[in-house]
Amino acid sequence: MIEFLNFYLIPGLVLGSIYALGAIGVTLTFGILRFANFAHGETMTLGAFIALSLASFTGWHPFAVLPLAMAFTALAVLGLDRLFFRPLRHGSTIILVIASFGLMLMVRSLVQLIWGAKLQSFGPGIQLPWVLFDALRIFPKHVTIVCSAVVLMLAAHLLLTRTRAGKAMRAMADSPDLARLTGIDTERVILTTWIVGAGLAAAAGVFLAYDTHVESQLGFKLLLPIFAAALLGGIGRPYGAMAGGLVIGLVEELSTYPWIGTDALVPPGYKTGVAFAIMVAILIWRPSGLFRGRVF
Amino acid sequence: MEQLYGIFLYGVFLLTMGGIYAVLTLGLNIHWGFTGLFNAGVAGFFAIGAYTTAIVTSAASERHLGGFGLSPAAGMAAAMIASAIIAWGVGRICIRLRADYLAIATLGIAEIFRLVLKNEVWATNGPRGISLIPKPFEQYAEPWNHIGMLLLVIAVVAVLYVLLERARRSPWGRVMAAIRENEAAARAAGKNVERLRIEAFVLGGALMGLGGALMAHHIKFIEPNAAEPISATFLVWVMLVVGGSGNNRGAVFGAILIWTIWSAAEILIARLPPEWAVKSAYLRIFLVGLALQFILQRYPDGIFRERRFRTAPSTPNREQPP
Repeated sequence: MIEFLNFYLIPGLVLGSIYALGAIGVTLTFGILRFANFAHGETMTLGAFIALSLASFTGWHPFAVLPLAMAFTALAVLGLDRLFFRPLRHGSTIILVIASFGLMLMVRSLVQLIWGAKLQSFGPGIQLPWVLFDALRIFPKHVTIVCSAVVLMLAAHLLLTRTRAGKAMRAMADSPDLARLTGIDTERVILTTWIVGAGLAAAAGVFLAYDTHVESQLGFKLLLPIFAAALLGGIGRPYGAMAGGLVIGLVEELSTYPWIGTDALVPPGYKTGVAFAIMVAILIWRPSGLFRGRVF
Repeated sequence: MEQLYGIFLYGVFLLTMGGIYAVLTLGLNIHWGFTGLFNAGVAGFFAIGAYTTAIVTSAASERHLGGFGLSPAAGMAAAMIASAIIAWGVGRICIRLRADYLAIATLGIAEIFRLVLKNEVWATNGPRGISLIPKPFEQYAEPWNHIGMLLLVIAVVAVLYVLLERARRSPWGRVMAAIRENEAAARAAGKNVERLRIEAFVLGGALMGLGGALMAHHIKFIEPNAAEPISATFLVWVMLVVGGSGNNRGAVFGAILIWTIWSAAEILIARLPPEWAVKSAYLRIFLVGLALQFILQRYPDGIFRERRFRTAPSTPNREQPP
């Protein structure tokens, strides 16, 4: 039982909160710009590498440079939007998907060009866990990650519900034509969407890098689980994305627990396949997701 | 003389690889160009074809499934059948999805295939891959073995081109274009859209499997990471978009053009000092991506524009409501 908590449930929660942060960006771009952004995973990679450079340049803790890394990533994504997405915005949205697919490879090769393809680390190194009740082992880094993720999700919640920009975003996700009729500046909403999505993606990348290590494949490994989370939560539903992220993270970790007999239910080699399988199943049987998102 | 011979052999290799990519691009053209199906899992069908032929044609080995001793021709047929069956299964479950969702689903399914190829070591030798796959004409002396392979690839591309041009002009091809342009209208005209889409998906999947099989025989080796999106899916998409989607001639031309640029860049990179060479390999992907973005923004039709069907000039006016 205690093994279940230590090795399956807690890692699942950590992974789930990272997925949740990434999925918010995917669901917002899908809901507001109406296309599946394949380059979102690379935004996370970029965020992690920017934080790595900032941390080694200033000598500060990775979490201290996180706001700056989020801002730089958002700026980079705004630049990419200006160069590669805005010129295509008035055509068919599927062309945007092809462009984002190409951008995914471009950003990854640029990251490899600048920072190299080797594994790098800025995590806390080997940590001793806190032991509670003589059995429950909790790593400090996991507590930091989950708490920071919760703070960021709360911030996103406040932004979406309490500010004009957030309300405009939700209005545009519901109906772009009505939003335009009521005088909402759609280009500004698109800019806010990119900033929020990129900032949260950078944070997700930094958290995963802090837990494991920084590498150029980091974002691609996150991309499909995050799509799965966004689809599970329902497209255009930020709270759905948060819940979906947690569910996907937990299911991925818990699927290797020996539920039946003594062997892992799913062989560890297939762990990442669980998220893809859930995703395909949602697409087929419930494309609106758990929270009744939009289906375009 | 020695040098000329080297250049000649290089040209033969270049065209062989370009031709194999042309088979893959023609397959994607059926999906995306004809029918508008966004398949982001080209690499998955490629891998199924390559592994099928590798298993049925390679010699018996303790490391992987094999020893069936079939000829490469039978291996390629088996590869097409296997990919077609898998494409039918995938098509049955996700053909109704809209373009973005289909892209995500096919990418996810291709990743699942890659996990299977990596983890089922008893059949595939896992990450170490299958080597010593027989190559057609390899019993002949150089350069005839390489020329034989090239002629085989050219013949395959030529046959596919002729058949696909006929298919495109046939009622079947016209219905595909109708589904892509206006699904509701095609449905209203009584066409079974799901069934036709699955047919296109299966046909394109079979061609991708054939491309994978040709590649496996050509380089005599296959491993799971050959099915990463970078090496297959992305390049094939760039080839189709640059050549002109919907146009078979564009698909073939785009494949050979992009492959030539891709491997010419490799020669340039090989001449650089080693510390630069690794970095330039990344630069190459970046530049191909940039070329894709340029074409998408400036020449969205590609080099060869799709040839539209002409309708009789008198009909449109008569159909208009009063």
